[in-house]
Amino acid sequence: MQKHTIAVLVENQFGVLCRVAGLFSARGFNIDSLTVGETQHADLSRMTVVARGDERVVQQIVRQLDKLIDVISIEILNPQDSIDRELVLIKVKSDLSNRNDLMGVVNNFRGKIVDVQEDSMTLEATGTEAKIDAMLELLRAFGVIEVVRTGKIAISRKAPLDAPEAKEVEVVKVKKSAKAKSSAKAATKGGDKKAKMQAGTDTWM
Amino acid sequence: MELTGAQILVKSLEAEGVDCVFGLPGGAILPTFDAIYDSKIKFHLVRHEQGASHMADAYGRATGKPGVCIVTSGPAATNTITGLATAYMDSAPMVCITGQVATTAIGSDAFQEADVVGVSRPVTKHNYLIKNVKDISRVVKEAFYIARTGRPGPVLIDFPVDVSRAKAEYEPATSVKLRGYNPEKASNPVDMDQLQKAADLINGAKRPCLYVGGGAIISNAEKEVMELVEKTGIPITTTVLGLGIFPETHPLSLRMLGMHGTVYANYSVQKSDVLIAVGARFDDRVTGHIPRFAPHAKIIHIDIDPSSISKTIKVDVAIEGDVKQALVKLNKMVKNLRPATKEWIEQINEWKAKHPLKYKKEGGIRQEYVIEQVGNLTNHKALVATGVGQHQMWAAQWYGFAEPRSMLTSGGLGTMGYGLPAAIGAQCGRPDKTVVCFDGDGSFQMTMCELVTASHYNIPVKLFLLDNGWHGMVRQWQELFYKERYSASHLEPSNPDFPKLVEACGVRAIQCKTKEEVIPAIKEALKHKGPVVVHCLVEKADNVYPMVPAGHALDQVMDMA
Repeated sequence: MQKHTIAVLVENQFGVLCRVAGLFSARGFNIDSLTVGETQHADLSRMTVVARGDERVVQQIVRQLDKLIDVISIEILNPQDSIDRELVLIKVKSDLSNRNDLMGVVNNFRGKIVDVQEDSMTLEATGTEAKIDAMLELLRAFGVIEVVRTGKIAISRKAPLDAPEAKEVEVVKVKKSAKAKSSAKAATKGGDKKAKMQAGTDTWM
Repeated sequence: MELTGAQILVKSLEAEGVDCVFGLPGGAILPTFDAIYDSKIKFHLVRHEQGASHMADAYGRATGKPGVCIVTSGPAATNTITGLATAYMDSAPMVCITGQVATTAIGSDAFQEADVVGVSRPVTKHNYLIKNVKDISRVVKEAFYIARTGRPGPVLIDFPVDVSRAKAEYEPATSVKLRGYNPEKASNPVDMDQLQKAADLINGAKRPCLYVGGGAIISNAEKEVMELVEKTGIPITTTVLGLGIFPETHPLSLRMLGMHGTVYANYSVQKSDVLIAVGARFDDRVTGHIPRFAPHAKIIHIDIDPSSISKTIKVDVAIEGDVKQALVKLNKMVKNLRPATKEWIEQINEWKAKHPLKYKKEGGIRQEYVIEQVGNLTNHKALVATGVGQHQMWAAQWYGFAEPRSMLTSGGLGTMGYGLPAAIGAQCGRPDKTVVCFDGDGSFQMTMCELVTASHYNIPVKLFLLDNGWHGMVRQWQELFYKERYSASHLEPSNPDFPKLVEACGVRAIQCKTKEEVIPAIKEALKHKGPVVVHCLVEKADNVYPMVPAGHALDQVMDMA
């Protein structure tokens, strides 16, 4: 099954991670990794979700995410037009006898040694998932003690994933006339949550 | 002047036009109930919180305005979960307010504490935990807005007791600002390309069929649906939640489709060349075996919820938006398909003649007969609530629905026990209407304590208790698919003496043991000013037909011999 990287801009509030994670388990979507952190705006968090599925499943994921009130914008990141990285910390068995060999591997992958103990070393590396997998494979011979990976984060080379301007919808009264008025008003204002996702995904419909 | 959080909450509800609330008090919500004591809002004390949640749900379905229930924390809140899930599956607008332990005690396993925001998350459209008294009016405003707009649904507000006691100035909220929620945009179908594609498909169709669901009712699109049918001459079938959008006496009505739909509706869908799904979501009870669903049809789907489109059935033309707005546009683009559809309509009329809905007239009281007669004696204009099971399907087949928002039934979740509280909630929202409930003895016993609520407030619902002594639908499946091994489906001989029980709750009981007693009993019940239960001892081993067994294609129908 194809892997997809989905960037999700959400309100930086308690419970939002639960909503997103809960949606994936409730809908039975396969998820490889999910990372979350603050953005340049304190009130916005950004999640990077790596999920598996065919085109239709990804479409469902995007549309279901879109229904969450706290989800503001969504973008499926195309590998050609985006940069992705993962950070890994690896503790490897090591003593005087193999330290040089180990450093060779680390240097090859432009990793760093961040801690040295008598019988182990801790390495740090960043890169694409494939690079980190390759590095881990080579380190296996030394004896890997512990691996901690962040999961993928990704950024588009092109336009940033933006939060639309919050628009104000007047809902003073529940009466029908008031509702109609507010909807007319809203329709003329901006706020385009879906524009980004539609471009690449509705080809099969 | 400063008010307490509880007073602000009640004022905020009043500002939303709430005139009627269902619920039950308890520790963590007591400040709110103290504020309700001073309010003009009519409060209905239920006997179990599940009842309150169904009442709020049905109030919402019958009126289009969010129904409201208020209960306390912990067990009371978890008791509403079934009601929230029911409303969520059927897109019913409601707001549920639950008490919560003090913010300082949250997470400490305090008395009557439950993580209600966590528990309700998958069964609500959205939920809130109010942590600051200053957020109350905004949250209430947002909750009602979210509940009733877009694809409606239940919203829960968890309200900690210390926040309800804290004081602040009441500043009414007049607008909402939600950058992640834009229902007006979503509801306005602007994609003229897709509309044109849909119109082209329809205009070229030889065997078109409309399949209309609850979304059309929510969207108040009955006129537009009628216009589409009359202008084009396309026959129309509805889902169980779509019943009432189109009069079933109309010659182009195919009545309900799906597992217990009419043979001719299912045949029409299967043989159609263009299927127009309107505010419906291709539920498995409608489609049967998906790969063999409508195999020859190009499918057009109009729905306000983009995630419903191509979720289970891949469609050819997708129109995202409000049904009414979409149909207003589409109706201008489609043409009269007659006489190109002449053969098709003749074929359908042949199926109608060959496979009408029917039931056995001989023997004791048939549930279909009771329902049919109630339909006749209420001119098909009552609001009809049901439980879930055989009686529900027969109600769908035999009442003869003629008006939108008149069928109140748990279609998606299939919640037994929905009927009586739903009837009460609907009656509170529509005091002008006759409200009847068809219930089975199994369903009825799940929420029968609400008879006391009906009696207490003299809510004049007419409940027809169709008692066959079985979990009838379970019995039917066990008979047909489990070699007549009736595991745990027989309710007799331990069913209560229903008339005595009903009267003990302060509700009038009428009993029918023979067919001859049915019509006089219905008349008597409809004449009675208060709540009444008509206890009908019906045939015990009847099955609902037609039936498309689960996993079969819609045209693989079992029908009555």
